[in-house]
Amino acid sequence: MARIHEKPANSACAAAHSPALELHELHKGFDSAEGRVEVLRGVSLSLPRGTSMALTGESGSGKSTLLHIAAGLEQADGGRISLAGQDMTRASDAAQAQMRRGQVGLIFQQFNLIPSLTVGANLAFQARLAGCHDAGFTERLAARLGLDGLARRYPEQLSGGQQQRVAIGRCLAARPALVLADEPTGNLDEATGDAVLSLMLALTAEAGAALLLVTHSPRLAARCDGRLHLRKGRIEASP
Amino acid sequence: MNARILTLTALLLAPNAHAQGFAGLGTDAEGFAIPERGRALHFPADHGPHPEYRIEWWYLTATLTGADGQDYGVQWTLFRSALAPFEAEGWDSPQIWMGHAGLTTASAHFSAERFGRGGVGQAGVTAEPFAAWIDDWHMTSTAQPDQDALDRLDIHARGSDFSFTLDFTAEGPRVLQGDQGYSVKSPQGQASYYYSQPFYTVTGRLDLPEGPVAVTGQGWLDREWSSQALSDDQSGWDWVSLAFDDGHRMMAAQVRGRQTFTAGTWITPEGQATPLPDGAVQFTPLRHTRLNGRDVPTHWQIDWPEGGLSITTEPLNPHSWMDLSVQYWEGPLRFTGSHSGRGYLEMTGY
Amino acid sequence: MTRIVLSALLSHWRRNRWQLAMLLTGLALATALWSGIQALNAEARAAYATAEGLLAEGSAARLEHPTGRMDQAGYLRLRRAGWLVSPVIEGRATLGAARVTLLGIEPLTAPATAGPALATADLQAFLAGQGFAHPQTLREIGATGRELRASDAVPVGTVLLDIGTAQRLLGLAGQITRLTLAPDQPAGLVPLATLAPDLRLTPPGEGATLGGLTDSFHLNLTAFGLLAFAVGLFIVHSAVGLAFEQRRAMFRTLRALGVPLRHLAVCLAGEMLLFAILAGAFGLVLGYLLAASLLPDVALTLRGLYGAPVPGSLQFNPLWALAGFAMTLAGTALAGAQALWRLWHMPVLAPAQPRAWAHASARGMRLQALLALILAALAVTLALAGDSLVTGFALLAAALLAAALTVPLLLALGLSLAEKQARSPVAQWFWADSRQNLPRLSLALMALMLALAANIGVGSMVASFRATFITWLDLRLVAEVTVIPDSPAQANALYTYLTPRTDAILPMQRVEATLAGQPGQIYAMRDHATIRDNWPLIDPVREVWDRLAAAEGVLVNEQLYRRAGLATGDMLDLPGIGALPILGAYPDYGNPLAQAALTETLFRASYPDTPIRQFALRTKDAPALIAALQDEFGLSATQITDQAQAKALSLAIFERTFLITGALNVLTLSVAALALFAALVTLAGMRLAQLAPLWAMGLTARRLAGLELARALVLGAATLALALPVGLMLAQVLLAVINVQAFGWRLPLQFFPADWARLGLWAMLAVFAAAALPALRLWRQGPAQLLRVFAHER
Repeated sequence: MARIHEKPANSACAAAHSPALELHELHKGFDSAEGRVEVLRGVSLSLPRGTSMALTGESGSGKSTLLHIAAGLEQADGGRISLAGQDMTRASDAAQAQMRRGQVGLIFQQFNLIPSLTVGANLAFQARLAGCHDAGFTERLAARLGLDGLARRYPEQLSGGQQQRVAIGRCLAARPALVLADEPTGNLDEATGDAVLSLMLALTAEAGAALLLVTHSPRLAARCDGRLHLRKGRIEASP
Repeated sequence: MNARILTLTALLLAPNAHAQGFAGLGTDAEGFAIPERGRALHFPADHGPHPEYRIEWWYLTATLTGADGQDYGVQWTLFRSALAPFEAEGWDSPQIWMGHAGLTTASAHFSAERFGRGGVGQAGVTAEPFAAWIDDWHMTSTAQPDQDALDRLDIHARGSDFSFTLDFTAEGPRVLQGDQGYSVKSPQGQASYYYSQPFYTVTGRLDLPEGPVAVTGQGWLDREWSSQALSDDQSGWDWVSLAFDDGHRMMAAQVRGRQTFTAGTWITPEGQATPLPDGAVQFTPLRHTRLNGRDVPTHWQIDWPEGGLSITTEPLNPHSWMDLSVQYWEGPLRFTGSHSGRGYLEMTGY
Repeated sequence: MTRIVLSALLSHWRRNRWQLAMLLTGLALATALWSGIQALNAEARAAYATAEGLLAEGSAARLEHPTGRMDQAGYLRLRRAGWLVSPVIEGRATLGAARVTLLGIEPLTAPATAGPALATADLQAFLAGQGFAHPQTLREIGATGRELRASDAVPVGTVLLDIGTAQRLLGLAGQITRLTLAPDQPAGLVPLATLAPDLRLTPPGEGATLGGLTDSFHLNLTAFGLLAFAVGLFIVHSAVGLAFEQRRAMFRTLRALGVPLRHLAVCLAGEMLLFAILAGAFGLVLGYLLAASLLPDVALTLRGLYGAPVPGSLQFNPLWALAGFAMTLAGTALAGAQALWRLWHMPVLAPAQPRAWAHASARGMRLQALLALILAALAVTLALAGDSLVTGFALLAAALLAAALTVPLLLALGLSLAEKQARSPVAQWFWADSRQNLPRLSLALMALMLALAANIGVGSMVASFRATFITWLDLRLVAEVTVIPDSPAQANALYTYLTPRTDAILPMQRVEATLAGQPGQIYAMRDHATIRDNWPLIDPVREVWDRLAAAEGVLVNEQLYRRAGLATGDMLDLPGIGALPILGAYPDYGNPLAQAALTETLFRASYPDTPIRQFALRTKDAPALIAALQDEFGLSATQITDQAQAKALSLAIFERTFLITGALNVLTLSVAALALFAALVTLAGMRLAQLAPLWAMGLTARRLAGLELARALVLGAATLALALPVGLMLAQVLLAVINVQAFGWRLPLQFFPADWARLGLWAMLAVFAAAALPALRLWRQGPAQLLRVFAHER
């Protein structure tokens, strides 16, 4: 299997040398019917490029909230966030959106492809959005993901595994510094899920991106370089 | 019948037949002339209309026998009813005319009516030359100049399914009813002017749905006008005109009220008339016929003890119901008993 | 179980109040517009029935003299011959403060149907001069010395009197207008043709009855009502469809829990029935209010156009209310049928993801295109072969439906082209996504297109008509003063008086006649420069005025010319004269009857003793002449009309005629905007899931909101662009087909770009208003809502 990085990434998408993600003492709470619920109570972590980290924890432990804050989809109540060396703690909506375009790739359980666009257009979409589209790179990526010949199809015509591979391709084609994946295999059967995860791990590593994988499956978590367990809003040592 | 004519009729003739007397004859006579005893009748002027009186009629009946041997009866009437006691030209005339025609056979009874306004020529009566008409219905004198105008009459009427054209010829003199034509109708003294011609022989033709029939027979004319002929408590009357086989004629009537009031006239073949006072004649109903939801006495026993008369009447057709704006029974009869002959029966207020 | 299922179904609406409001509003509006128009029609028809019932003109035959007048002696002659006829006199007169129709009847012989007015009346008072009039007419007349009583059985604008009183008030002693024949006549009478050869017998139900004349007007209204109803149903359909999509998971769960499919379907139908009843009742109230507010204009229109006596106040009639309700139920069933069908065919274990719309509907698109093609072919066939008002409206319906069905296809094509041209990924997504969501919006866009096209079409028709009408009016209304004589005697006196005092005096005389089988009138035309110079003619022969003056032929009005399919040179049979060639036709807007014009000499010779109905006067000093006439003859203000008044009156009638059209136009457009709003609001809820990934990929909520707004505006603008040709096609059909069939005149289509620009602006404002709220919500609450898409994932 050919490596996909045959030439250096272009400057717009170039990785800097700082960690892909640094979180420091993050706090986040919600108002609920039973009063204020503290979801994150001082979470810190640092994720260097080229590494993968699994984030496990029970339902409601704050995994997704952590992920959303890391992606800039949600604001933290306190603490610091830095993405690829840039402090995003008090970043504006526009700055966060720009960061998501260029540096962060999101992969969801529901794939979240754009149904009106073809597989090819979906794959290239984020890279084009970020202004670092490289047709050859995307093509090679698609080939690695086993999506050859599917470029003209529409998402609904693909199987679940194929759709998630398109989502991974869409994310990596933009060469992000950080890939955030929220139960990416949750909708797939075990064999397909394993294959998709393998591809994701391999490709993020090859791209030199960091991967933060939220999952509740210890089996999947075990395949990452590191593991963090979230319990009642705090990081615990991995079991 | 249509609502408008009912309204009209109700207003003019019978506001409430049972409470106020049939045909409005019991109503007040404000502004209208009132008959007086002793006023002599003048002819031919009195053949014509008397607009200063509230109501008036020209009333012909005939008992007929057809060429087919069957009995028939015919009625031709023109009523005049005044809204005000005068006559005027054109639409301003307050005189309203109503024509009724009836034709009775043993199995059927036909009736028709016409309404018309006075003053414009649609309906009316003239004394000289004598003519009474409404639309194409007419009663026109064909008498010679030296005769009384009513001695010879051409009669015609037409309904939707029948018509008749008859020639009436008087074989005797006219008869003044009551006291020289002053006819009392109630114990309180309500009265009308009333004269008759009881001696007609009739020839002519009936047109029936089955075809024409030539007929001959006897006829009777009543002329009456007044403004207040019934008292408030009187509801209607039963009236007969009788032609005896021996040539006598008789008129007998009872006016039903709190107290029944009777009147009558005995007429010899020569035309000598004897008025019969209240109570002289008795009417006894023998049999009723159900007609339009009411029981109507169609068979009678009539007694005049002083004259040795006791007869029972048998209608040609007990269903001789005049189903018109004003409803009443009118039809020919035969009578037997102490005397026999033919006649006409009229019953109102049922 | 039913209660539980129903409460589960209804819980959806508690959570989605906007949707519920849309659904109920749509239904209520549809019901209101439909039932409101039905109420107007019913009220007008009831008024015609009153008018015709009063004289039994619907059920009784009539005898008339061609001059419109006959001597009372004719009545007596027929009565004395046994014919059961009743005299009627009819004429216009000033009573108090109003000019009214005096209707004189003879109550003893009149047909039974005159009863309602008189049933409770005092006949003696009636014969003595008491009159009956509608309460509205009484108010218009005001105080007068005459004794008048109120009666709903008398048509508005008419005073019912005894014939003697009416003759006196009209100055027509001994004259009558017509005779009505009782339905049953005695057998064996001398035939009418022998007794009265000069009288014309009109059998029952024939002749110029109001019902017949105004049919086209009511058909127009009904067509508009139906259009509005259809647009309202679009709202209902989209709301019901959306609610179905959103409740798919609920349906599946309910079925998994053991609710039988049949039971679920019944409950769903019950839910719709409930909504239909609620909204229908509300809609009926709205419809009543709508009708009550429009009725005065409709009444004035009908009076102006047809002289139809329609009262200005609305009576509640349970009949139209029930009909409106039935229509609501039928409409709800139609709008909900698809949802029920889909429920029926939904497999219980299918995945709960929303259908992929755009690609699954490709087959639907092909079907739609085929249907549009068939309808277009039908429209062309009807345009070529149709020759009645009904085929005209069928043509309109087919053409409009074909155009509406084509709208999504053309929009899809345009979006797909735009997508191919797009360079940036966002632009590409914008077009692709618009195309994908088109099926959800297409119904609303079709409704918008129909409303816009109706606006453009009807607007162009009215504006074209107005332009033509004003020009025509300027030409026709050249006489400075018009005088209406009170009586024939006054007419003669006026003629003598006016002849030396005016530049020209043009008497107006006419007789009633059947022309080419149609109820109509023959007019006398004086040969005068006023007419020669000013009357526009259609297809005239050469030397037309000279030939007309020489009695070599007749002119006919455009109505007769077109309806009877006549051509110049054809022969026209005139009663009492025979056949004469047609020399040309003249426009005669606003007149429902057929008309022919003869030179005065031939007219007088053929129809002697015809009364003069009015004089048109040419003078240089109108005010002085009017003053002189008032002094000399004591003419009332209503008897004299100066030119300015006449023009103002005609224009006012014209404007009134189309006021209701304008009002309905605005209402229809509003409903269409609401339909779009409903579609966009409901779509906005579903679009979050589609927008969330883009947001996650770095598009701000604000930008997404802007794109959403732009999408609506682009689609609206494209719909507007498509509506323009459709509207012009509609206008052409209205002018060249519907008008010719309904009114008998054909008008040239004129273009009014300024009107279109104004409409375009309004339409875009409406679209903007419809799209602004969902876009604003996306902008304001975007992040929180979009995040929920991801949060809901687990």
